[in-house]
Amino acid sequence: MVRVLKLELRGITKRFGTLLANDHIDVVVEPGQIHCLLGENGAGKSTLMNVLYGLYEPSEGEILIDGTPVSFRGPGDAMEAGIGMVHQHFMLVPVFTVAENVALGAEPTKAAGFLNLDETRRRIKEISDQYGFDVDPDALVEDLPVGVQQRVEIIKALVRNAKVLILDEPTAVLTPQETDELLDIMRQLKSGGTSIVFISHKLREVKAVSDTITVIRRGKVVGTADPAASTTELASMMVGRAVSLTLDKAPAQPKEKTFEVRDLTVIAPNGQHVVDGLSFDISRGEILAVAGVQGNGQTELTEAILGLQDRVHGSILLDGKELLGRSVKEVLNAGVGFVPEDRSVDGLIGTFSIAENLILDRYDQAPFAKGIGMSPAKVLENAKSRIEEFDVRTPSGALAAGTLSGGNQQKVVMARELSRPLRLFIASQPTRGVDVGSIEFLHKRIVAERDQGTPVMIISTELDEVMELADRIAVLYKGKLVGIVPAGTGRDVLGLMMAGIAPEEHTHPAPAGTATAATSDAEGGDHV
Amino acid sequence: MSDKHSPKHSSSGPAGTSRQASSAEEQTAAVVSVDTAGGAMEPSAVPATAQSGQLPGGPDTLLRKIFTGSGMVSVLAVLLALIIGGLLIASTDKQVATTSTYLFARPTDFLAAVWNAATRSYIALFQGSVFNPRGNGIASQFAPFMETLTIATPLITAGLGVALAFRAGLFNIGAQGQIIVAGILAAWVGFALELPMGLHLLLVLVAGIIGGAFWGGLVGLLKARTGAHEVILTIMFNYIALYFLRYLLNTPAFQRPGESNPISPILDPTAVYPQILGSQYRLHLGFLLAIAATVLVWWLLNRSTVGFEFRAVGANPKAAQTAGINVSRSTILVMAIAGGLAGMSGVAQVAGTEKVLTDGVAATYGFDAITVALLGRSTPWGTFAAGLLFGAFRAGAVQMQIQTGTPIDIVLVVQSLIVLFIAAPPLVRAIFGLNPRRRKPARPATSREAATTGGAA
Amino acid sequence: MSTTVSSSRSGNPQPESAGKDASAATVSAKPVSWKTPVLLTAFGLIALVFFGLLAPSQTASFGISTGSDFFQLPALEVNAFAGGLVLSILMLGLAAYAVYLKTRDKAAPGWLTVAFIVLFVAAFLIWVVGGARTPSISLAGLIAGSVTLAVPLVFGSLSGVLCERVGVVNIAIEGQLLGGAFTAAIVASITQNPFIGLLAAAVAGAAVSMVLALFSIKYLVNQIIVGVVLNVLVSGVTGFLFSTVMQANKAQFNSPPGLDIIEIPVLSGIPVIGPILFRQSLVGYLMYIAVLVVWVGLFKTRWGLRVRAVGEHPQAADTLGINVNATRFWNVTLGGAVAGIGGSFFTLVAIDSFTKEISGGRGFIALAALIFGRWNPIGAFFAALLFGFADNLQSIVTIIGTPVPSQFMAMLPYLVTVLAVAGLVGKSRGPAASGIPYVKG
Repeated sequence: MVRVLKLELRGITKRFGTLLANDHIDVVVEPGQIHCLLGENGAGKSTLMNVLYGLYEPSEGEILIDGTPVSFRGPGDAMEAGIGMVHQHFMLVPVFTVAENVALGAEPTKAAGFLNLDETRRRIKEISDQYGFDVDPDALVEDLPVGVQQRVEIIKALVRNAKVLILDEPTAVLTPQETDELLDIMRQLKSGGTSIVFISHKLREVKAVSDTITVIRRGKVVGTADPAASTTELASMMVGRAVSLTLDKAPAQPKEKTFEVRDLTVIAPNGQHVVDGLSFDISRGEILAVAGVQGNGQTELTEAILGLQDRVHGSILLDGKELLGRSVKEVLNAGVGFVPEDRSVDGLIGTFSIAENLILDRYDQAPFAKGIGMSPAKVLENAKSRIEEFDVRTPSGALAAGTLSGGNQQKVVMARELSRPLRLFIASQPTRGVDVGSIEFLHKRIVAERDQGTPVMIISTELDEVMELADRIAVLYKGKLVGIVPAGTGRDVLGLMMAGIAPEEHTHPAPAGTATAATSDAEGGDHV
Repeated sequence: MSDKHSPKHSSSGPAGTSRQASSAEEQTAAVVSVDTAGGAMEPSAVPATAQSGQLPGGPDTLLRKIFTGSGMVSVLAVLLALIIGGLLIASTDKQVATTSTYLFARPTDFLAAVWNAATRSYIALFQGSVFNPRGNGIASQFAPFMETLTIATPLITAGLGVALAFRAGLFNIGAQGQIIVAGILAAWVGFALELPMGLHLLLVLVAGIIGGAFWGGLVGLLKARTGAHEVILTIMFNYIALYFLRYLLNTPAFQRPGESNPISPILDPTAVYPQILGSQYRLHLGFLLAIAATVLVWWLLNRSTVGFEFRAVGANPKAAQTAGINVSRSTILVMAIAGGLAGMSGVAQVAGTEKVLTDGVAATYGFDAITVALLGRSTPWGTFAAGLLFGAFRAGAVQMQIQTGTPIDIVLVVQSLIVLFIAAPPLVRAIFGLNPRRRKPARPATSREAATTGGAA
Repeated sequence: MSTTVSSSRSGNPQPESAGKDASAATVSAKPVSWKTPVLLTAFGLIALVFFGLLAPSQTASFGISTGSDFFQLPALEVNAFAGGLVLSILMLGLAAYAVYLKTRDKAAPGWLTVAFIVLFVAAFLIWVVGGARTPSISLAGLIAGSVTLAVPLVFGSLSGVLCERVGVVNIAIEGQLLGGAFTAAIVASITQNPFIGLLAAAVAGAAVSMVLALFSIKYLVNQIIVGVVLNVLVSGVTGFLFSTVMQANKAQFNSPPGLDIIEIPVLSGIPVIGPILFRQSLVGYLMYIAVLVVWVGLFKTRWGLRVRAVGEHPQAADTLGINVNATRFWNVTLGGAVAGIGGSFFTLVAIDSFTKEISGGRGFIALAALIFGRWNPIGAFFAALLFGFADNLQSIVTIIGTPVPSQFMAMLPYLVTVLAVAGLVGKSRGPAASGIPYVKG
């Protein structure tokens, strides 16, 4: 007998202290449906799902399964009730095998608590065969590619007989091709009777797979939408106002090439070539966007330029001078501005004041320091003007940077890096986890820096952002350069490139290499 | 360009509500990102600040702030520790035992006995550490206080070493070994070399600081080069230093001629700290140097680029590195300076109070220094004050043992309880019924959100 | 405690590492480091020079049988010079093999390092004994003595394994041992029953652990701080009660009846092995049982899988319905009980009364054994044996009179540990989440 579930969330409210993360949310997931929760970063989607999964206790409201109210004291209860969840950051123990991970929490045992993983292996094989997953139960999870790890997560839920599967931003780590495969799997699961709650902010995917869409904004349900609705419509619902889908950007006026990377190879501690023979250059006054799925060498590339990587071969020339082999400080002093991909880890010190963060890479230079003595007055003075210039919303520069919102934190990092004369500007994931208002602001500042004649390199895993900012697009796959294409290149071509298929190999050969004037296309449409 | 967009930004509603809503949203992100940053830290960066329970903002009344603030928690923690210590003293007291046999008949007797046992000891402790009313004249009455300052001297400098390392995110359990190595070098310079007044003492001091800095810096070097955990390294280095000292004290170069016990010759008179308040007190120049060291560490941490680097590395090594700070160099440097500060304690011991080198040169100062730094919340002046307090405990405990027979070990109990309570403000507040409104449950919940969602939903 | 910095740094290490591993699957495995071959060669050369070429030409004699064995074997006589030479050449052979493997990009297998250590220790022993005034020791006695000295170390390191595997750093092993020793003494004295004393020791160790668990899990106090402070606290409380209670009435409070040595007939007569395995006190037998039970439990049972999951990735465990903090709490408590039993060894087996600081820093050596044994119960057991051996050798060296100062022998465990954590003996990786408190929503 196939058990199907009707899941209802009624008036779910979740407060964290004074903060309202979910405000009386009502959602009904019909059996055998793919129900999408659409919303911006920070809209409260994950919080809601964590409530549903028993990880948080709701402050108010109730969960009903087939019309009966239930209360989950923990994920165990939720699983018992037939709810499974695939978290955005996989909940897998890296040093365990697939079977151990799948068994964990519901271990088949022999007498006296001894594990009996044969049973688990059999179930994994069974499910793996049914959906064509191709997962080896005895492989160590840390050795598996991300896409396979995600399948292990799905298996984990299915082994527990999940009838409702929550997928939290499942495509963030996937190539467009892997994404399509996942969407297929979702349809398969649906036809097998499993309902799916699909959390995403990517309109294209949402439209492709959903039966129903619930849009959440600032912790509230703002309405439901038809998957057939236009992207513009969905986008404005999600953001709460008309969204400009394109950045107003003058065509690039590239001047001389001042930044060159030649045969750059970065070797990871495990001996792998994470960046493999890269060569490219950037001219003054142009933006080169580096696209690719997360984990294909982008991080290592920027770290190599900055001097944070140890085993690097090749050559990195800025204004004709070699950057390789220099310390981070020397690279920064050569005029490189750098916005790291994870601001809370690499870009800011949360417990330091905003003012201190604004001089984090210049604390030992005039006017902030004389010898080894520092001048707190000068530091605060600087903070005042930067905060004003970049519209950082804070009552005082003396507050800890960790108290700022994501968008404002990013403004602090950007303000620090852009407030000195630069010879090269590198921004990695410049708008990750940032609200739409700040995105527009930050994008404009990046373009303004380009227009001042600085070579700019943007690294982004969001194809929309790449297409919006780029004058040229370089695509990385497994540390290698798949190709460099002009800004107007289509989404499908870029998608294939992100899977490692060079542009020459598919039907529309694009003239690679030359910088063409940007014609910001509205083809994809879902620029949010 | 910006004109075109900014009106759109506020077009979602009346300006006021929009601003309010966005500030609420900012707050969410704020709490989340604080916690994300917290998660990025080395665990050892936590002790000093993150556990004080202070979140920025909050509409608490002034009164409530005073009572729930970290200062009050410190006072209450000391009080609580003293109460528990008192109960322990009372529990082994004869009078208490006798009265407890008829506890239900006359409970007041029992309670009085408990009170007497505890207060008798604490009064003796006070008289032995601050002011002795039975002393002969003012000078003698304040002699205990001078003794407190004397004993506090090595506690303060070693405590500063531990505190400084804390601020750079390093757990320096190694003050004990650093004191020993410093003591070895300083003592050797003191008894083996013959140099003129002034220069000799200076050299003793320098040798001690270098010894401590070397032993500490070595840990920093190993940590920076190999990633080995400094807690394990420093613990092991303590023992290595101790056994090395014991070995040396059995060699002709260090053992006092004609002596079969492991003890060094007495340091030359030119090599010892002068007694700053005359020969009636043991208080020596080392105490003034400890004050100077406190000032120096304060300046270093709060007003220098070196301190900026230390704090940055301690709070978020990854961000510090990305900002061009050489984390390895900072690690080595901070451990060397910490070792040097502990080295001053070693000098205070061999050139100040003991004037010889034995294998007990470090006593338990190195371990006490950890509690001193923790009580002082890793700030220079906090450490100074904590050093004085624990110095008073140590000084008074001797008197207490003589007068009341209460063993010195009670000081260890009180000392460790203080630190435990200070580290857990919610516990202290709960015991005294001072829990601030609904703040505690909010924090774990939000950090959990950060943990599971990575701050992006 | 993790000796690799990187793992503890990022709150969410998974996507990052996962991303890298995506392509790692297709490229080669981890590269082999030169560290092991180079180090083995260096130590081999040291052995060749000191234990071989510079060795005294006396004959070292090692007694194998003791009087109580049921058959006697002749003593092993080795010429120190020849023996040192042969053994160091064997070591260099192993080193050369490691170099050869490295040139073919293969890592030296685990047995090679172990064999090397055994050879090195043997050569060292021959050198020490051969250079002594009376070049003769009882090997059987040496080994049996090492096991005896290792008993509290093994219990201590098992406590560490149980705590760290579940994600809590246990610096308080010293305090747990001391608390166990004190409680065993006082309870056994009062009840005149060593078994009740043993039980009480376990309870005392568990109590110390509960404080550690409470403060680090509930109040999120840094685990290292709690551990360090607990050691001081236990030292203070036991010292205080020793001075006030025990010394006032030694007969009543500090003369515990000991646990007798239980000899298993026939088997205990086997030379060398007999005394180690079949002539032990109850605590000694419990040690062997505990090592096996912890190992089997951790790696073969449901409990172990959950414990390790909590120590490696608490969030993952939580999402599967495992109560992370409860698991941590009870495992830490269990660890304390195990260490408490180890502490009872001091007062119920080794010495017949309690004295201040009777554990004498062995909790820290146990911590070292845990790391040297790579967070594995069996590994920790052998590491503890090695440290017990060094400890025992130290006293023997003083008796037979060798040129090596006994202080350097005493230093050995600590030096070895420094080498181990500095990654010179191979990179050891602790549980990923060890030391990081888990905050539940």
